[in-house]
Amino acid sequence: MSTPLTPVITEFWDRPDLYTLDGYRAVGGYRALERALTMDPDDIIAQVKDSGLRGRGGAGFPTGMKWGFVPQGDGKPHYLVVNADESEPGACKDIPIMMANPHALVEGVIIASYAIRANHAFIYIRGEVPNAIRKVEFAVKQAKEAGLIGSNIQGSGFDLDVVVHSGAGAYICGEETALLDSLEGYRGQPRLKPPFPAVAGLYASPTVINNVETIANVPYIVDRGVEWFRGFGTEKSPGFKVFAVSGHVKRPGIYEAPLGITMRELLDYAGGMRDGSEVKFWIPGGSSVPMLTPEHLDLPLTYESMAEAGTMLGTGTPMVFDQTTSVVKAVTRWLEFYKHESCGKCTPCREGTYWITGVLEKFEHGHGQEQEMETLTSLCSQISGRSFCALGDAAATPYPAAMKYFRDEFLAATHTSADEQFDPVASYVFAGAAAR
Amino acid sequence: MPISDSTREQMREIAARYPSARSALLPMLHLAQSEEDEITTDGINACAEVLDITPAEVTAVATFYTMYKRERVGKHHIGVCTNTLCGLLGGDAVWDSLVEATGAGHNTASPDGEFFLERIECQAACTHAPVMTVDWEFMDDVTPGSAVEVIESLRRGESVQATRGPAIRDFQATERTLAFPDDGLADAPSVDDKMLAGLQIAKERGMTGGNA
Repeated sequence: MSTPLTPVITEFWDRPDLYTLDGYRAVGGYRALERALTMDPDDIIAQVKDSGLRGRGGAGFPTGMKWGFVPQGDGKPHYLVVNADESEPGACKDIPIMMANPHALVEGVIIASYAIRANHAFIYIRGEVPNAIRKVEFAVKQAKEAGLIGSNIQGSGFDLDVVVHSGAGAYICGEETALLDSLEGYRGQPRLKPPFPAVAGLYASPTVINNVETIANVPYIVDRGVEWFRGFGTEKSPGFKVFAVSGHVKRPGIYEAPLGITMRELLDYAGGMRDGSEVKFWIPGGSSVPMLTPEHLDLPLTYESMAEAGTMLGTGTPMVFDQTTSVVKAVTRWLEFYKHESCGKCTPCREGTYWITGVLEKFEHGHGQEQEMETLTSLCSQISGRSFCALGDAAATPYPAAMKYFRDEFLAATHTSADEQFDPVASYVFAGAAAR
Repeated sequence: MPISDSTREQMREIAARYPSARSALLPMLHLAQSEEDEITTDGINACAEVLDITPAEVTAVATFYTMYKRERVGKHHIGVCTNTLCGLLGGDAVWDSLVEATGAGHNTASPDGEFFLERIECQAACTHAPVMTVDWEFMDDVTPGSAVEVIESLRRGESVQATRGPAIRDFQATERTLAFPDDGLADAPSVDDKMLAGLQIAKERGMTGGNA
């Protein structure tokens, strides 16, 4: 029996007016906010805790618990910051959510702010997607005009200001403490933890930082209840997920399904692999999590099952590559990315990504030396766990994972370049004259 | 060229959005870039003055973020994602075709000042690979041929529609949107078949998320 798709956040994306307040309200929008404003904020935190909602940005941290860490009655201002800096290679679900259903995000922001007693919320959107920024800004503006954001919202006595903030092109700002530095007007460089943002975050005040999809789940949980939410997914991974399937599949796109659906099922919804093609390797959620192979296609896509398989669910946006793909080239390109995006603060990451990339480029060109495979392993182990933030760990991820499954390809790259091993044109998704 | 008084006034307006004025620095730099087509010393000085910080502090920030350019971009910024997924699925070939068609290179403008090319990192549109951007608006699912057609249309001054977003304006207009996002273009079509792929199957097969 196959797992059915469960459109919730995506349910009304085919309504052309969904991005407007009227369109969103016509499908039940802001009903949850009305209810929330009659509730004790602590009860909302408890509800989100009970729902078991886990962060959809990659780490999967329990959202309600994060909210609960904010000290109450401390006399300090509290802040909610939405991490809308979606830049992880392979991740492409927050930007679509913001373009298609921005009010779900805005409603979630208001409810979450009310729950943690924040009077200021910020939505930090990467600068390279003006079309998401203008959609969210428009939704915020409409919500302000309707009295859903501002002073004494709906007579509740709760005040909230929401600011849509544009980033300027730095993957590292998706790391929550780097994002805070960036939002304070500095270079986006991670902070040493502790203190954690829940205690000393934005402007050294208690701050909750949540991913777009996480916050977009909140109105549905408040509106439909914990039991309904827990009806999807597994005990440890409740709920549904906006999966985005990309790569050599017939119908790449957005598929919202319960956590626990398998990659094989998702692949089936996506029309299977393109003609004459089979899965060579796939990555469950962003280049920062280890790759898997066809033998893993039947594992449930949950936080716990992916961890058991030695990887992570990550952003839940699987990239699927077929047999035309050079693993050596793929890994080299990812490392070039991490090298480019390393903020430079920690020596192991700054220098390590530089050296790994240099050695990998030798392999890509067919000039690797067999003993350098050990060098790469050693370099990775010297970065991992030795930097402030997870970018270093992420950079140390693709190579060991690739070596686990495709050692022969790296061996072959000691004499034959990636492009000779795999004709690049065969991997293109367009054919014939367009390819040449 | 010195930053105008009205731009300084707008910088103050941005600063007023935040509990702490310095938080406005990134959007303020976007505004400076929208006026001057690049980050100039004048732009840096204006930001420093408005925020009462040193030009060195502003420069440290301006040089950290890749969207701020230290040479004139020209009319259109063209990005091609050459990260692993887009690159291997054809972005590499798209890149080559654009270099040839424009005479520009990575982070360099074409000789006629019309196009500035950049090999960009993941644009969060992997379902639409290979992805190109024009003034940071989406041009999804391009081929080397269709990418060059976009360039030629722009060169002829024709209207070019983003695949998910508004009609293309120019680089400076987009930079202004990043500083003042209420640009009146929110009604641009932004949802396409790929974003509806799962929903369509669910509808055909009667699958729902259990609407309350």
